[in-house]
Amino acid sequence: MHQPGIQALSTDAAITLHNVSKRFVSPAGKAFTALQGINLTVAPGEFCAIVGPTGCGKSTTLALISGLEPPSRGEVTVLGKPVSGVGRSVGYMFQRDAVFPWKTVLDNVEAGPRFRGMPASEVAARAHDWIARVGLAGFERYYPHQLSGGMRKRVALAQTLITEPRILLMDEPFSALDVQTRALMENELLDLWAATGASVVFVTHDLEEAVALADRVVVITAGPGTVKAVYQVSLPRPRNIQEIRFEPEFMRIYEEIWSGLRDEVLVSYERAKHLLAS
Amino acid sequence: MTTVGPETADLAGDADLAGDLDRARARARSRRRWWVLALRIAVAVAIVGLWEWGTRTGCYGSDTATCAIDKFYYGQPSGIAAQLGTWIRDGTSSGPLYEQIYVTLLETVLGFLIGSGLGIIFGVLLGRVALLADIAGPYIKALNAMPRVVLGSIFIITLGFDIWSKVALAVVLVFFVVFFNAFQGVREVDRDLLSNARILGANPRQEFRHVLLPSALSWIIASLHTSLGFALVGAIVGEYLGARRGIGLMIATAQGTFNANGVFAAMLILAVLAILAETLVTRLENRIIRWRPNTVTDVTF
Repeated sequence: MHQPGIQALSTDAAITLHNVSKRFVSPAGKAFTALQGINLTVAPGEFCAIVGPTGCGKSTTLALISGLEPPSRGEVTVLGKPVSGVGRSVGYMFQRDAVFPWKTVLDNVEAGPRFRGMPASEVAARAHDWIARVGLAGFERYYPHQLSGGMRKRVALAQTLITEPRILLMDEPFSALDVQTRALMENELLDLWAATGASVVFVTHDLEEAVALADRVVVITAGPGTVKAVYQVSLPRPRNIQEIRFEPEFMRIYEEIWSGLRDEVLVSYERAKHLLAS
Repeated sequence: MTTVGPETADLAGDADLAGDLDRARARARSRRRWWVLALRIAVAVAIVGLWEWGTRTGCYGSDTATCAIDKFYYGQPSGIAAQLGTWIRDGTSSGPLYEQIYVTLLETVLGFLIGSGLGIIFGVLLGRVALLADIAGPYIKALNAMPRVVLGSIFIITLGFDIWSKVALAVVLVFFVVFFNAFQGVREVDRDLLSNARILGANPRQEFRHVLLPSALSWIIASLHTSLGFALVGAIVGEYLGARRGIGLMIATAQGTFNANGVFAAMLILAVLAILAETLVTRLENRIIRWRPNTVTDVTF
């Protein structure tokens, strides 16, 4: 277990957040601190999970790394360069469905390379390849509303991975799926990820999912979010999500992290209760 | 499935059953359709028949006021048919019938196209640029609250008796309907979809073309049904206020000569035109937004 701030800022890190804070102004005109002095380093090819209670600024962290939002203070770097605006090396899977409902599966998967100006013939070949890889061959002409939730997630996955991102940001991408579909998707994500070698930052509120997927689990405190602790997950790969949960090592790590996370969840819960009561 | 034999037989039986059900359902559907159609015709026959009968019952000599329904005020179905026949055969007082229909249709279509075009442009523009929306907001609200039909008089004065004064009135009526929908559509665009497009590498132009426009389009299309009706109202009212040709003029002329049958006959023509136009818009809608789950588009009366 590491303490925050102790990790050296290595120059070859894929992602670094150095003393980063983010403040928002609510529509009512009140300032609100989402993140407070976050320090985080993600190595190339590492799968890093961020867990924390609801409203701790997990999604904000991803927005900062992606360049969709600038930090209020501190510095964010991706692949050694400070982030200023949306870069080309980042892929982002959103919590809600963000595939374009007016595009077919094929057009959705083709969107990224098309936007980036790749020639149409090359795009089509690649898109068919990716659609097959996520198991949607034969569904090219379907519209998203004709697919199940799990299939739409596959479209989103192909849409993101076809741009060959070196940084993959995932914001609770499978939280809306049923348990079986979810485990299936998690396994497929691990397989696809292993072939790309991308660095992943995977945000979730589900500790079990975090431990099963990640090399490292970062616990964020109840808002304003700061890094409470970082845990190494030394389970061997390749992993099988359904089976790994029964390994003694998995349980040990899970319990260790949960003891740290529990306090934060309670704080967040008490706060929500207080808000409702007032 | 490795077992063959009884299971496949079962499956075949199931398929047979399903086919039977489908056929039965199709039969029930078509029987209901005919039944509904027959009842619809019955309603029309009853209403028209009663009307015709009323105008011929209890009359003393040639004094129509003594009949159950006074055809001088309320018209008479056979009179309306005769009027339509006269118009088709001999033309109207302002020229052949097809010319009147053509002029009114032209005004409606032009008003509709120009009005919705302007509505989309301004709606998208104001939806994107918050400062513009804040500046223009109160003026647009004030203009929308005004009964805009009165502008027809201004248009007749400035643009004359030709089609353009009617087109202008139709444009003004159509504009606001489409404008508000386009504005709303752009405002309500899903933030995640925009973020996703940006992450995937879309530049502002691609963002507009692939996210904002399709998102607003479903709102805009919904407004086209209403706005087409408004375009027709604009054209008719404009012709009513002053014109050389058009169905609105025919109604005004009929009114001036106390020709109730003429008013009803013109109304009938308008109803047919409106239904045809509505069908066209529905076709267009189904073509443009194929991607939407078809839950709301299928309201056919």
